[in-house]
Parts: sequence; structure tokens; C-alpha cells
Amino acid sequence: MQATVTAQHSAVSAEDDRALAAVFSAYTVSATCWLLFATAVGLLLAFKFGAPDFWAAKYLTFGRLRPIHTNDTFYGWASIGLVGLAYYVAARSSGTKLYSIKLAWIGLALFNLAAVAGTIALELGYNWGDLEYREWPWPIRLVFLAALLVTGWNLIGTVARRTTEDIYLSNWYTVCGVLWTCVIAIVATLPWYQHGLGQVAISGFYMHNAVGMWFTPLALGVFYYAIPKILSRPIYSYALGVFAFWTNLLFYPLLGGHHFLFSPLPWWLQTTAIVFSVAMLVPVWGGSANYLLTMRGRYRDMTHSYPLMFIFVAVIGYLFGSTQGTVEAFRSMQAIWHLTNFTVGHSHLTMYGFVTFAVWGGIYALLPLATHKSPGRLGIALHFWMALVGSFIYVIALSIGGTIQGLDWLHQRPFIQSVTDMAPYWVWRGAGGLLMFLSHIVFAWNVWRMTSGQTGNAGSPILARTEGAAA
Amino acid sequence: MKKLLQIAGGALLVYIVIVMGIAVIPAIDLSKTPPGPGVKPLTALQAEGSAVYAANGCAYCHTQQVRPLAEDKVFGRPSAPGDFAYQTPELLGSERTGPDLSTIGSSKPSDVWQYIHLFDPRAVVPESVMPNFKFLFHVVTTVPPGETAVPVPAAFAPKQGEVIPTRQAKALVAYLLSLKQTPMPGYAMNGGMGGMTSAAPAAAPAPTAAASGGYSYDAAKGQSLFMANCSACHQATGEGIPGAFPPLKGNAAVDADNPTLHIHTVLQGAHGVTIGGVAYSSVMPPFADQLSDADIANIVNYERSSWGNHAKPATAADVAAVRAKGP
Repeated sequence: MQATVTAQHSAVSAEDDRALAAVFSAYTVSATCWLLFATAVGLLLAFKFGAPDFWAAKYLTFGRLRPIHTNDTFYGWASIGLVGLAYYVAARSSGTKLYSIKLAWIGLALFNLAAVAGTIALELGYNWGDLEYREWPWPIRLVFLAALLVTGWNLIGTVARRTTEDIYLSNWYTVCGVLWTCVIAIVATLPWYQHGLGQVAISGFYMHNAVGMWFTPLALGVFYYAIPKILSRPIYSYALGVFAFWTNLLFYPLLGGHHFLFSPLPWWLQTTAIVFSVAMLVPVWGGSANYLLTMRGRYRDMTHSYPLMFIFVAVIGYLFGSTQGTVEAFRSMQAIWHLTNFTVGHSHLTMYGFVTFAVWGGIYALLPLATHKSPGRLGIALHFWMALVGSFIYVIALSIGGTIQGLDWLHQRPFIQSVTDMAPYWVWRGAGGLLMFLSHIVFAWNVWRMTSGQTGNAGSPILARTEGAAA
Repeated sequence: MKKLLQIAGGALLVYIVIVMGIAVIPAIDLSKTPPGPGVKPLTALQAEGSAVYAANGCAYCHTQQVRPLAEDKVFGRPSAPGDFAYQTPELLGSERTGPDLSTIGSSKPSDVWQYIHLFDPRAVVPESVMPNFKFLFHVVTTVPPGETAVPVPAAFAPKQGEVIPTRQAKALVAYLLSLKQTPMPGYAMNGGMGGMTSAAPAAAPAPTAAASGGYSYDAAKGQSLFMANCSACHQATGEGIPGAFPPLKGNAAVDADNPTLHIHTVLQGAHGVTIGGVAYSSVMPPFADQLSDADIANIVNYERSSWGNHAKPATAADVAAVRAKGP
């Protein structure tokens, strides 16, 4: 696959390159704005656990801001960031230009329109119940669906005009990820067939499919392109990647019910979810082994390649976070951890430790190739270490605190004790969250330097190599 | 193009088949779940309250699902499919930073408590981390006719003026008070209310004999039962909330040598009573169905011996005798 992921500019003009760079930059800048906004809200929410009366007015009350934090990290930051990367990867790995630059811009406008309208609606108290991650009122969800359709069309059009025989593995993941998510969006949005307990069944399905069939495949698509590109060696096993793709498709959609273990949902639905939560170890370990074996023997490269370090953390986050998800899904474990803050730690290990680090790794590895501008070494180092240390503190604090919370309940102590016992862990979570947020400000500065500002001194390992080869 | 069609089309088809089987078809089927015995649709005001609940994200910290686990008994019987027949949008929740609310309408039946708690949760639960919902209330200088001021404790009340609930607050409280479980034969793990222990009076652990005068009273148990069941209104200090919940400290019924009225009140609840010359409009729930004789004896004895009270202790047999007489 070496040939597929390096230097294919034959069918592409310099003008096409510039247009692709502009699209990639705009998606990245837009995603970064959402990251800053959504995590500023997250930080405020963390603070409120220690000071519940702080900014408790109508538009700043916890229950309105929380879905703004989750939806904007999902559909503002991660979705827009990953689609920008998917466009770049699709065009480059197919050795062609983007099918339609115009559609890419329309898609970006639709993604942003949905996120802005969704945020305003939640602020005003217009939501669809408290159905997690699908709180936006349905007309706004349709705008998001339109953005997905535009993106799917554009990606398929791009891959269809590839100059190679094979479709590179990254595009399997991204193209199918977009198509699956169109199905998810329709299933989750149509209100007429889901009432009462039926809606609970869709909530369980949606919560996990929106993560596992959208963010996971798009982030894995970044891995399959960026790792070989940075290391200049092919992926360890193409067949293993294909195997992980199909097993992910067969197992992942079935595990959503584990969000409602011990609920009145039918027992078969819950047991099916547990069985496939275990089955997920196959694609997760297979995929992770594939990435790690591709990096094997080259770990020293990380010392002078922060993009690789970001991706390495993301792979470990994928491996640990998903394996933790399997362990959590057992009934014996859920009896302790379900409904506690442990779950919040888990969602940050996966959405942050895996998905967000994958987006950062992809952007740092690939955006300089498009714009020929780099961030500074200090900036990228600061970003990496603050984000890493911050997320460690965050996840460990909530994992310990959540376990204590669950044990308090198990021992049937008065409920309020589980609240007072959490207090120190909420403080640590806030400290971790502050570091994470500060790292995002540095990231925004780095994005500025990679797009519009003065280029920095953290030279791209990929560019250095290709220019060295040309010289 | 053929290859792209095979991969993308194939993966899409497989996914649609799985989604139909695991989500759409079960959802259509489950949407037809009939309501359980006695489960009724919300009234217009309650439905409005449910919308206020959802709009302000209450479900992010409060679940409405009782699991068939011992630790969940405190919140009621295990939730049954029929409990949710009228709950759209579903509000089962995924996090329990605050307690489950499946039976809040029977465990905290006092609208006064609900209003004070919403206005400032720390006025009744000092350790609470719930945000205040003062934006659901007005502060007025004179209470308009037909409205009732919320008796917020002085330390938490606005410096000037009276607190009255907005329509949204009234709807929300109407909704919260509607959250009760209907009895389900063969399903009951306790009386369906927020009790601490099992329903069977005989199943309660034997009180440990205290050293003093041949009467057994488990002080630690009494205190923990009091904190779990009583302190939300009567407060850990036993002083109650002036004008809202009567004090137990120096309370004539609590500090009397004859425990009958005290025990009767805990067993059967009370409302609209005058204590120490103050009329209380709030409702006290009955605990007969959820606490054993021994537990109630522990609670009343804790109350009879705390905060300067020095009344003669009661026994489980006393409780059984009062219980036998009925309401």
C-alpha cells in the first residue's frame, strides 16, 4: 500500500491542491472553534459541582449547558474535524482531486448551521426530552442529516474517480462511517414509531451507534492513513484491517442495550448487548495490534514526531477505552459502575483519549502537508503534555470517585453520602479539565500557525522526507 | 465503481438489516407496551411540568428507573415495562448524581418541601450540589390573592419580599408529585415508597440491647434511619423549617412520656396539623408500609432522646400495638 499513500499528484493541479488545502483548513479552524467553546462550557460545568449556585440563572443552569457541551464536542468539534480529515485523506489516497469543492463548503455550512441552531435551541430550553446526544429538536437534526448526505456524496464521488485499482482502507472506514451515520440519524430522528419503552430501546441504540459507527470509523480511517504516512512504511496487515472493518460492522451496532442494563428493557436485548460488547474485543484488539505492529521498532521516531505521539496515545486510548467498555458491560460490573461518574470517565477516555487525540494527530500530521505551514515545537509540546496529563487526571479521578460512589450505594448508605464522597474527585476532575482546556487554547494557536499565521519550527517529518528525497 | 458499490453498498445493507433487528423492530414492538395496572397518563399541568423537567435537563442527574438490585430498594420496587407507557420522551436517565425520582411523589409528598428545595436545595439538604432554580420563582413585595408564599428559611430567603412560584414551578412540582409507583402484586420489594429497609416488619434485624435500663435501642441505626427518612424536612438539627416543617426538638408529641401520638404520626403521616400554635400545611407521608416496627422504634427513640428531648423510650411492641389499631 506504500504506493497508495505517498506522492500521487499526477492527476491533480496546483490549483486543486490549494482548494483542498482551503477546505481542510476551514474544517479544522471551524472544528477548533467548537472545541474551544464546548470545552469552555465543560469547564464551567465541572466548576458547578463545587459551586452549584455559581451562574445558576436560566440560561446558565447545569441541565441546559450539559447537552450543549456533549452535542458541540460531538457534532461541532469531532464531526467537523474528522470530516475535514476524511476529505483530505480521500483525495490524497485516491490520487485525485475532491469531487466537489463546492459541496465541501456547503457541508461545512450545514454542519455549523446545525451546531449553532442546536446550541441556541438547547439554551432556550427547546430539546427533545433529555435523550442523550440527540437532544436537538428534529428539524435541526435534519440539517445535520443533510450535512452527512452532502459529505457522503462528495466522498463517494472522490473515491469513485480514484486513479488506483484498490480503494484504500481509510476510505472504507470514512465512506461507510458517513453512510451508516445517515441511517442512525434517520432512525434516531423519526419520532412516530418510538414511544415510552420503545424510545428507550432507540436511546440505547443511538447512544452507542453515534459513537461507534461514526467517530470510531472516521478516526480509524485517520489511523490507517496517517500512521503509514508518518512512518513511511505500509500498514502491518491490510487483511487484518479489512477483518476489523467487517467485525466492527457486525458487532458494534448490537451493543447499545448495555446502556440500559437492569432496566425494564427486554432481558434478551440486554444480554445480546453484553455478548456483543465482549465480541468487540475482536475488532478492537485486531485493529490496535495492526496499528501497534505498524509502529513496532519505530517508537524512537516519536521523540521527534509529535504527530506520531498524538496518534500513539489515540491508539492506546482506543485499546484501553474500548476494552474498559467491554468490562463495564458485564452485569456484575454494571451493578457497581452503572449510573455513577465512572461512566463519565469512560466517555472521556474514549471521546478524548481516543477520538480527540486521533483528530489532533491527523491534523498535525496532514495539515502541514496541505498548507506547507507548521506549528512551533513549543506549542505542539505544550498542547500534547497538558492534554495528556489533564486527561489522565480527569479519567483517573472519575474512575476512583465513581467506584466509591457505586460502593456507597451497594452498602446502602444514605444517598447523600455518595454525593459528599465525590467532592474531592470532582475537584481533581476540574483540575484535569482546566489543563485540558488550556491545551486547547494552545492547539488553537497551533492551528492558526498551520493555516494563516507565521509558520513555526516544528518541521513536518513527512515533508522533510519528501523534500529530502526530491533534493 | 463496482468495487466501491460492493463495499459501501454491502456495508450499508448489512447495517440496515442489523439496525432493523436490534433497534427499529423492537422499538415498534415496545412502543405498544400497555400501561401497568393503575398507571395513568399525565394531566395537562403535569405534562407541562414534565416538559420543564426535560428542558432544564433534570434527567442528567436524576434517573427514573429502579433496578432489581438490593441497593435500589430505597427508591421503590423494580421498574416495570408498564410504568413507562405514557412517558414520552423517556426520562430514564443515565446518571444518578442525585437520587432516583421514580417515587419522589410519595417519599416527598409535600409541595412546600419541593418548592423550598427547588428555590434553594441547600435550605433543606445542606450537602446538596444541585443548582438552585430561583429562576422558576418570583420575589414580590405583596403576595397576590390566590398565591401562597413559599416559607423559605430566613438564611436562604431574599432579604426583602416574598417568594412565590411561577407557573413553570407549579407545573414542575405537580409533575414531581405525580411520580409514584403503582402497586404491582408479586413485584413489590417494599411498599413502593422511599423506605430504607424491607417491608416485612418481622424481617428487621433485632435491635442490639443498649446498656441502660432493660430497654433496647440501636442509636446508630436510629440516627441513620432518621437521616435517610426524616431529616429532609425535620432537619438534622431537629429544628424543622419555621412555618414549613415542625420542629421535633421540644415538640410536645415527641417529648411526651406516652409515645402513642408520636408513633401514630410516623406510621400514618399527617397533614394540616397545628403544633406549638403554628399551623403547618405540608403533608407528611406515612411510613407504615415501608418501615418495620423495630425500625420505627429506633427512629422515634432517636428523636425522643436527641436535641435535648428526654422522653420515655418506646419499644417495637408499642409500635406494633399502635400499628394494629390502624389509621
